[in-house]
Amino acid sequence: MSEPESDVSQIGRDYKYGFHTTDEPKFSTGRGLTREVVETISAQKSEPAWMLERRLEAYEHFLTRPIPDWGGDLSTIDFDSIFYYVKPTESEAASWEELPPDIKNTWDRLGIPEAEKKYLAGVGAQYESEVVYHKLQEELVRQGVVFLGMDVGLRDHEEIVREHFGKIVPFRDNKFSALNTAVWSGGSFIYVPPGVKVEMPLQAYFRINAENMGQFERTLIVVDEGAFVHYVEGCTAPIYSSDSLHAAVVEIIVKPGGRCRYTTIQNWSTNVYNLVTKRAVAQENATIEWVDGNLGSKLTMKYPAIWLTGEGAHGEVLSIAFAGPGQHQDTGAKAVHAAPNTTSVITAKSISRGGGRAGYRGLVNVASGARGAKSKVVCDALILDEESRSDTYPTIRVHEADANIEHEATVSKIGEEQLFYLMSRGLTESEASSMIVSGFVEPITKELPLEYAVEMNRLIQLQMEGSVG
Amino acid sequence: MALLEIKDLRIALNDGSEIVKGIDLKVESGEVHAIMGPNGSGKSTLAQALMGHPAYRISSGDVLLDGTSLLALGPDERAQKGLFLAFQYPYAIPGVTVTSFLRSAMNALRKARAGGEDDPIPIPEFRKQLAAATERLKVPRELLGRYLNDGFSGGEKKRIEILQLALLHPRLAVLDETDSGLDIDALKTIAGGVSDLVGPEMGAVVITHYQRILNYIRPDYVHVFAGGRFVAEGGPELAEQLESEGYDAYLPEAPSGAS
Repeated sequence: MSEPESDVSQIGRDYKYGFHTTDEPKFSTGRGLTREVVETISAQKSEPAWMLERRLEAYEHFLTRPIPDWGGDLSTIDFDSIFYYVKPTESEAASWEELPPDIKNTWDRLGIPEAEKKYLAGVGAQYESEVVYHKLQEELVRQGVVFLGMDVGLRDHEEIVREHFGKIVPFRDNKFSALNTAVWSGGSFIYVPPGVKVEMPLQAYFRINAENMGQFERTLIVVDEGAFVHYVEGCTAPIYSSDSLHAAVVEIIVKPGGRCRYTTIQNWSTNVYNLVTKRAVAQENATIEWVDGNLGSKLTMKYPAIWLTGEGAHGEVLSIAFAGPGQHQDTGAKAVHAAPNTTSVITAKSISRGGGRAGYRGLVNVASGARGAKSKVVCDALILDEESRSDTYPTIRVHEADANIEHEATVSKIGEEQLFYLMSRGLTESEASSMIVSGFVEPITKELPLEYAVEMNRLIQLQMEGSVG
Repeated sequence: MALLEIKDLRIALNDGSEIVKGIDLKVESGEVHAIMGPNGSGKSTLAQALMGHPAYRISSGDVLLDGTSLLALGPDERAQKGLFLAFQYPYAIPGVTVTSFLRSAMNALRKARAGGEDDPIPIPEFRKQLAAATERLKVPRELLGRYLNDGFSGGEKKRIEILQLALLHPRLAVLDETDSGLDIDALKTIAGGVSDLVGPEMGAVVITHYQRILNYIRPDYVHVFAGGRFVAEGGPELAEQLESEGYDAYLPEAPSGAS
């Protein structure tokens, strides 16, 4: 990385293709997906030929791959009505006035600053955190850390991207990883050199541009030997998207002795299908931790995966899902033990209310040769009313006799006695319920950066206000 | 006007069976009333129904706090009016620390007093009050960072109940078998803490099976509760008499609910 990229300079660079005039006509590939659309996206980004080939292969695979018939109902996705590429500009997306009032209302109640609201709405180009951003970038550059948008990462660090892109999540993995590979745009690229420990969490916040929260973002994180990084994406404020499909791919490789934590809090608006493939490979004595919170969307299908490929590797997944009215959160985790003495811990918590449906879908796979593997899975569901639903689908495959696998699952409801106890201290019913729910998710929120934890609790309160009485 | 006035109160379960069969009670500020009775007499039902537990139905009568009827109010509103119940079996709230819970409860009451506007207690003020109360009640500091009643011993739970009482400053405190599960040192500390709070600002109703706690919280009046009614009333000497003679004299010939 040479110099920190400012958001404005990136946008400026894109203008050279001439699709933009001062009068903000925005370039898009139009609705629907064709081979030409894929070619146009690649050309727009002046990509190397190998990337275009990869996109086209993935596109062909996407066409032949059937829609998954498990998890949630995907039959209503209309692939022909989706914009697969909209070039980001400052005036992208909806106007402020077009936003649904409930979203604006929630932002107000969360106390989100005006500039940030506009960013979240997609109507502002950036959230002004330039000073912090700049200082952070200087420190990163000094350490040799690369933290860029994926498009710029490909341009400036092609050799690293080419080595790892699609190796952890191949486009053949599933229909949506194929789709993402064909039309990806935006996302983050991070490289941490050997032995470097990045103390401050890297937040997508600080690299905000209009592409950051795109529909098909692609993130690649390479943590070299003995290095550490914590990456945080998303925010608890609802992200409004007029497009109904979000299909991202995240690939992480952690080399021997390294550690990576990846924290996501997402709160998509409730028209969105959120179908994300996240997979991390941990080599010898490396650690990968996924912290994953899903609050919004119509349907989320997301199962962060850890592949423990080196001896002594360790992986953890902490996940929380909140399913409100009309929402289906089909989330979980996968742990693949492919080397001896590897360990994994999966803690999944879900809350369903108002007819929402939350499920845990998990896989623990101990491959042959992975002697001495240990895995512990705990999934707890809290169901807030009679209309709501929780399911657990654990799969365990063990090919080594000495594997130590634990699985615990609990389903609970908010007890009348607990509510009475809290209300006898002056808390209203909704305050008491949200306190119980906040306590339930505390094992996850305590792992979040403070500002996210505070917002998360506030958001749970807001969600709960409508749930009682 | 009495601080608490109970008028011909009858309490039934939701299935209609009557537990409390018509009682009257007046408590003034600064007074301690002991309600003593055998196990199974309905003492805890009375305590929980006063607080507004949804499992109980008031079939007739009234309960007034500072002249306002509580019957149409939820437990939260009763607390906001100044009623406090120290539970016999407090519930655990995993994931919520004692400190965070205490602050939320104090803020809930402050909000109600401020007419529904948020009026959170400043953190330094909260810390000061918390430190003073924990010291007086000898609550181990480490308990404050643990999840409320989660894995607490019986004695720890009781201490935390009285810590809540001390910080929430109710008008009327109802103590439901607070003495059970406490060793003598803990009992002295806790009862002493409650006694300190009784005064012009607060009255107390102490529900107990044993006279023991009344050595440390001196009652002004003792009411013997059996078979859903007050069957005898008197001064502190009545408690001592019960301690030596037991409840036999007050039980029906073939005890049914008692165990």
